[in-house]
Amino acid sequence: MRNSLYKKNIISINDLQRNELELVLKKSAILKKQPAPNLLKNKIIASCFFEASTRTRLSFETAVYRLGASIIGFSDGNNISLGKKGETLADTISVISSYVDAIIIRHPQEGSARLAAEFSNNIPVFNAGDGSNQHPTQTLLDLFTIQETQNRLNDLNIAMVGDLKYGRTVHSLTQALAKYKKNKFFFISPDALKMPNYINDTLLENGISWIRCQNIEEIISEIDILYMTRVQKERLDSTEYANAKSKFILHSKMLKNARSNLKILHPLPRIDEIDHDVDYTPYAWYFKQAANGIYARQAILSLVLIENHF
Amino acid sequence: MQINKLQVEAIKCGSVIDHIPSQIGFKLLSLFRFTETEKRITIGLNLPSQKLGKKDIIKIENTFLSADQINQLAIYSPCATVNYIDQYNLVGKIFPTLPKKIDRILICPNSNCISHNNCITSSFLFIKKLDNNMNLKCQYCEKEFSKNIVLS
Ligand SMILES: [Zn+2]
Repeated sequence: MRNSLYKKNIISINDLQRNELELVLKKSAILKKQPAPNLLKNKIIASCFFEASTRTRLSFETAVYRLGASIIGFSDGNNISLGKKGETLADTISVISSYVDAIIIRHPQEGSARLAAEFSNNIPVFNAGDGSNQHPTQTLLDLFTIQETQNRLNDLNIAMVGDLKYGRTVHSLTQALAKYKKNKFFFISPDALKMPNYINDTLLENGISWIRCQNIEEIISEIDILYMTRVQKERLDSTEYANAKSKFILHSKMLKNARSNLKILHPLPRIDEIDHDVDYTPYAWYFKQAANGIYARQAILSLVLIENHF
Repeated sequence: MQINKLQVEAIKCGSVIDHIPSQIGFKLLSLFRFTETEKRITIGLNLPSQKLGKKDIIKIENTFLSADQINQLAIYSPCATVNYIDQYNLVGKIFPTLPKKIDRILICPNSNCISHNNCITSSFLFIKKLDNNMNLKCQYCEKEFSKNIVLS
């Protein structure tokens, strides 16, 4: 199989073709079964976190170490001299790119990873989250987990619950699953936080059905994947939030009509949108999903940095 | 070729942007940074027009607009025409067509978009929607906006 991901920037899930997604999933599965600690020996990778995101950073850094590469970087842009001295992002990236073989970047502004890639002198850039825009490795690990638990990425019924307006993970995952046939989406959110039109339009353009629903229980018997996200208090007024709380919090008693193959996913951290009693059901899969992040990140790092894999 | 058919005062050499909808001429001047050149520029506002009722005209001496610039005009004034003049003769007449992408001249409505700082230039793609409307998609923050939101 030709590795078209070699030397590619991983900025947005929309930049990846379906065969490239499949390449990553295949590689993730291989690495999960057989760790390959020396794949990236002698490579140096920069981990540039201009805003703190401990989970994502530790996941990326674990993936780098597991592949035998070294890491340099910083974990919070506010505490580094780069930020204080007022250097532009373009200049920072341009300098760092002369030190390393790849750059992982997390930045609070949308489009920052795309900009970084323009100034990285052909050193590949991995987007670890640019504001509310993209977080492609999160989507890759979501896809890997869905594929692993359902044995397919098509013909699935997927419910997405919570903040569908600002939640970049649900946007990217929907866009990625729209590349596959016969998936059906159920969107459950407060009115003020419903899925943006451009995502709904993308689904329609691909002939994929979607439906807005009132609550989880009415569709629980129809779905294969229940993707929960957090509703932030500050996004809603207080009455709306009180309403949202009762409708969009998952309790184990709501799962009694669930399909046996149902898996509940969540990008984490959860606050109170999944009750702890759900953790003990066979449907809870969010911690295994987070663990899969390492394999998905190992896969994408090695595919971008090594040409011949298979 | 009769110069008076152009409905503008004759120029010896350069570009004449004709059939600009009235009220848009001034906007084009600043958006396309025509005012930043040293070239002599004449503009006519609210001139009588058979096609539009009223129209604006911009003449730029000793400058030939590039194909890119001309196509970007189509966003604001789809029925504008660009006339190339040489030695008082009309030597070319170009009808702009909507480009696939538009760089530099627009500002992303997303205030948290990286294109607002770092001295980089904006870049938008035209996206045709199911209802035949056009959206503009920022190449940086990947947000899509209806044309009117970006242009206003
Ligand atoms: Zn933007």
